[in-house]
Amino acid sequence: MEKRVIVIPAYNEEKTIGDAVRGARHVADRVLVVDDGSSDRTSEIAAAAGAIVVRHAVNRGLGGALGTGIEGALRLGADAIVTMDADGQHRAEDAKSAFDRLAEGDVDFVIGSRMLERKGNMPARRRLAQFLGNALTYALFRKWVTDSQSGLRGMTRQAAERIRIRSSRMEVSSEFVKEIVDKKLRLVEIPIEAIYTAYSLSKGQSFAVGAQTALKLILRRFLD
Amino acid sequence: MTFIQILLTLFAAFGFGAAVSRFRRGGMGFKQLALWTLLWAAVVAVVLRPETASEVARRLGVGRGADVVVYLSIVALFYLQFRLFARLEDQERQITKLARELALKDLKE
Repeated sequence: MEKRVIVIPAYNEEKTIGDAVRGARHVADRVLVVDDGSSDRTSEIAAAAGAIVVRHAVNRGLGGALGTGIEGALRLGADAIVTMDADGQHRAEDAKSAFDRLAEGDVDFVIGSRMLERKGNMPARRRLAQFLGNALTYALFRKWVTDSQSGLRGMTRQAAERIRIRSSRMEVSSEFVKEIVDKKLRLVEIPIEAIYTAYSLSKGQSFAVGAQTALKLILRRFLD
Repeated sequence: MTFIQILLTLFAAFGFGAAVSRFRRGGMGFKQLALWTLLWAAVVAVVLRPETASEVARRLGVGRGADVVVYLSIVALFYLQFRLFARLEDQERQITKLARELALKDLKE
């Protein structure tokens, strides 16, 4: 039986991490929480909910935490890895669909798209920000993804071993797309439902952070 | 010699001295030392003999000597800014790597 590991990067998410872990445990063999240097009780709550917890001594940002999570999942012997957000916007059923899709064996990478079916309640401003993210990702890496900034993604062990995540912060989502293109991985998007709450919205990228992310992506593209 | 010339020459001498002492302590390579020496020498040349800048300006097709100095300074600043950005990115990555190794040290199945 293949081993399924869910990776959840978390930074000061004590309010939601417990439920996120409990949900994830139903659909995976192991849940690995990367506490990205939180100052609250994220680690304790995640461990109490049944996750394996590793902790960054200092905050490194989303990209840093995801890189650690994927590396950790590989060390745990994962055959398939799915990443989820800690703020409660992803449903465990969707993580399961990602695992099941990978298990069919004809794809290397799955991105959970909030856009394939118009499920959920994505606010208009989010939709615009997301479109801009997609457009920029396409312009830089020549790959159109309907939800390039999605935090729910799945990958096989082989894919996880091949991709190199180097960015520390939010630009990591587009970096995954870049790696998928560069390494010629077979990507498929699956529809997921995102649950937007006032809480999860407050944790998203502000416009300023989004602009910074975009700038970094452009600079990287031409400097590296 | 005007006051500003004395001041700038002293400043250049100080900058050159700082570069030499860094080189001695192994803080920079020979190439870098050569680059800084060249830069400070150019500064002294322009300060003591402002016509130098005018000559360079004529050859480059720029109007005045003072303009050439400003243009080149801006280019140099941009370059340094870029170097700093790259260095910072590099450091960010190294810190992430460190945090990652520490976090995963005790992780085993």
